[in-house]
Amino acid sequence: MSVPLLSIERARKTFGGLVAVNDVSFEVGQGELLGLIGPNGSGKTTMLNLISGALSPTSGSIRLSGQPIGGLPVHKIARIGVARTFQLVRVLPSMSAVENVVAGAVFGRNRLWGSEARSLAYELLERVGLKGREEQPVTAMTYIDQKRIELARALAGNPHVLLLDEWLAGLNPSELRIGIDLIREISTQGRTIIMVEHVMDAIRSLCGRCVVMSSGVKIADGPSADVLADPEVVRAYLGDDDA
Amino acid sequence: MQILLTGLLLGGTYTLIALGLTLQYGVARIMNLANGETLVAACFVTFWLYTGLGINPLLGLLVIGPGAFVVNWLIYAWLMQPLVKRAKNRGMLEVDSILATFGLLFLFQGLMLLVFGGDYFNYEFLAQPFTIMGNSFGLNRVVAFVAAAVIAVALYVFLYRTDRGTAVRAVAVDPRAARLVAIDVRKTAAFAFALGGAITACAGTLLSTFYTFNTSMGVVFTMKALIIVIMGGVGDIRGAVLAALVLGMTETAVASLLDPGLTLAANYALFILVLLFRPQGIFGKRPA
Amino acid sequence: MNIPRNEILALGAGLAGAAVLALLPLVTEGFWLSIGVNIMLYAVMCTAWALFSGPTHLVSLASAAFFGVGTYAVAIFIDVLPFPVLILIAIAAGTVLALLVGLATLRLSGVYFVIFTLGLAELIGQIVTWVQTNFGGAIGLYVFTDFTETHLYWMLLALTVVVFITGWLVNRSRLGLALRIIGNDEAVARHVGVNTARARIILFAISGSFIAVAGAIMAPRYSYITPDAAFNPMTSFMVVIMPMLGGTRRLWGPLVGVVPFTLIMDFISSNFPNQTAVIVGIAFLAIVYVLPDGVTGWLETMFHRRRSTENGPLAKTAEEVK
Repeated sequence: MSVPLLSIERARKTFGGLVAVNDVSFEVGQGELLGLIGPNGSGKTTMLNLISGALSPTSGSIRLSGQPIGGLPVHKIARIGVARTFQLVRVLPSMSAVENVVAGAVFGRNRLWGSEARSLAYELLERVGLKGREEQPVTAMTYIDQKRIELARALAGNPHVLLLDEWLAGLNPSELRIGIDLIREISTQGRTIIMVEHVMDAIRSLCGRCVVMSSGVKIADGPSADVLADPEVVRAYLGDDDA
Repeated sequence: MQILLTGLLLGGTYTLIALGLTLQYGVARIMNLANGETLVAACFVTFWLYTGLGINPLLGLLVIGPGAFVVNWLIYAWLMQPLVKRAKNRGMLEVDSILATFGLLFLFQGLMLLVFGGDYFNYEFLAQPFTIMGNSFGLNRVVAFVAAAVIAVALYVFLYRTDRGTAVRAVAVDPRAARLVAIDVRKTAAFAFALGGAITACAGTLLSTFYTFNTSMGVVFTMKALIIVIMGGVGDIRGAVLAALVLGMTETAVASLLDPGLTLAANYALFILVLLFRPQGIFGKRPA
Repeated sequence: MNIPRNEILALGAGLAGAAVLALLPLVTEGFWLSIGVNIMLYAVMCTAWALFSGPTHLVSLASAAFFGVGTYAVAIFIDVLPFPVLILIAIAAGTVLALLVGLATLRLSGVYFVIFTLGLAELIGQIVTWVQTNFGGAIGLYVFTDFTETHLYWMLLALTVVVFITGWLVNRSRLGLALRIIGNDEAVARHVGVNTARARIILFAISGSFIAVAGAIMAPRYSYITPDAAFNPMTSFMVVIMPMLGGTRRLWGPLVGVVPFTLIMDFISSNFPNQTAVIVGIAFLAIVYVLPDGVTGWLETMFHRRRSTENGPLAKTAEEVK
């Protein structure tokens, strides 16, 4: 069997006495679109932070194409090829739309510069649906448009792995449909994606496979349909009484 | 042994300075670079009360503490509150308050320079020897240490045993959550800022009983206080006490074994060690 | 490399302006020339300061330390080495100091940096005093050169031009973009792959070595150099207040503050020498409260507001969101 793109082995993160991620292991193959789900406080975002380097694991290993990345500084991991969006959207407020995306292109994996970075930024803005609004200030944009900027910025680094932290949260139903289509399109172009999400419809329609976490532990891992029907997963979401 | 005890006695006063600053920074979120000027002003007022009116410095505390409380309250209400309102986030408030208190530093220093000039001052108070474990110390140093310990313990009791003190600690941990449990954050922050100023002023009064002071030494004491606060961990009282004692002893050791002109260098050496190895403070946990 | 037209124009205008200013010593001597030296000195230091503190929002109070290090580089070696070599030594000394400070503090939160720089000049001054009293014999050092005020003026003017060109190049580089991103959101900067600590340290070293060179050039003016004069904390203060008055969003912003402030300071220090600190303290507070973005920032805001009202209500709401 070939080496998986991303492999996480017994990753653990503790804050004082609290174990936020408890010896979690899973693998992600090239081109896969993986859903990382679980109730609030189950450690999903912490897991994402361990992969992106925002937090360093207390123990365990995280490898990208066999290269250990767990515990490296954030900017190094970004250059090796992990990009992310943030749970609460974070754009660069004093810069225009295209400059926001250029930022990702210049310092990402390909380290583009000048006109190359700019034309890539224009291309990506078109792909996320912001054609013609490249020079607008991002502060004048709506929430979903800012999320689009963030997505384009993450893609601009040409990452091996794209991490989406509740990218679909806070969108209205029509925006949600656009968002789901966008993620599917990016995925079919071959990009490996891990998405943390609460919107179950999106998980069902997008992700072939899901990893479920509860109280810091991985409780299920498999095809989305099977996993979402698993009684233990249902219990984790709804509580013991309803099971 | 002599060095250890002298350092310990000095550390008592440093503890108070650092507690004052940690209240202002940890609770009111104001990095007050003019903190040392409060200290120096208290030194001069004590000097004036003692040599001019014959008021015992320990009694002077009863005037200077409340006086500094009122002055610092006004500084917060008039000068810091507008910055708090203007700031969009904590980083902006930090920059603004650093700039504003930097301006205050020069204003106060300039005013004191006008009134007192640039000379060194000291006065004789309880300047008789006092013997501890076979070594003799100035009685004034011992008295200052005891007074500092009493004030520090009183502050601890206030913070951990009263409702008001609990409110102060709550704001230190999370202002937004504190608001949810009906704590008046703005008033508590003002109170903490004023209390911090008052405690720093008390430290100044005690310091002046055994230390030669002048108008321009404020910055150095602000530095010391900041180093102690960082070494102990922001908002951590146990850490501040321990750090202050360590700083006092290191300083005394360097001054008596090497050269008194190198005390600031000793401070910086400690500071760098802390920054390199434990930036989260002695008792602090690694930041998430 | 394609350079925008307006930047070429600005560059041309700047060089022409510098050429005109270079003629000043031919027209006047004495008072106005010495004012000219002061203005050029602060133009260098403030622009260099704003190069770092503008985009990073980290208030550096280390200017006096850099200035003093440069001054002492000249004072120590003036009898054995030619002046251009001393300038190189000043650059090296400024860079080393910046690296030391940067490595100790710039990987951490910004407050540590400010605190560290606050007492830095005092620290180095104390160490120099200690070394001189224990090993050197005297507190001060003599610097005798053939330089006149005119020479100092020309050197500082040339240095000002170099600072501006450096600033312009930095703004067009990866480093400049990295700093703009850091100034916007440091977490995002790291996540797109910016080595934030390294970017800051490099820029701090560039900024600091310029200030050190300014100190080196000024050394001949003092002729007798003591730690108190070379590491005067007032230098750091002035270098913060002038760019704040002018504004740090534009490369030439600090200059707008330097010219009037140098003139006013000269007036105050000759007429009210004892009240200088008080007056400057009040001026500082006034700027923080009334002109937080400086004169240029204020003008820009006014300009935008006017333009947006002309463009109708839609543009105005965009401005308000900002």
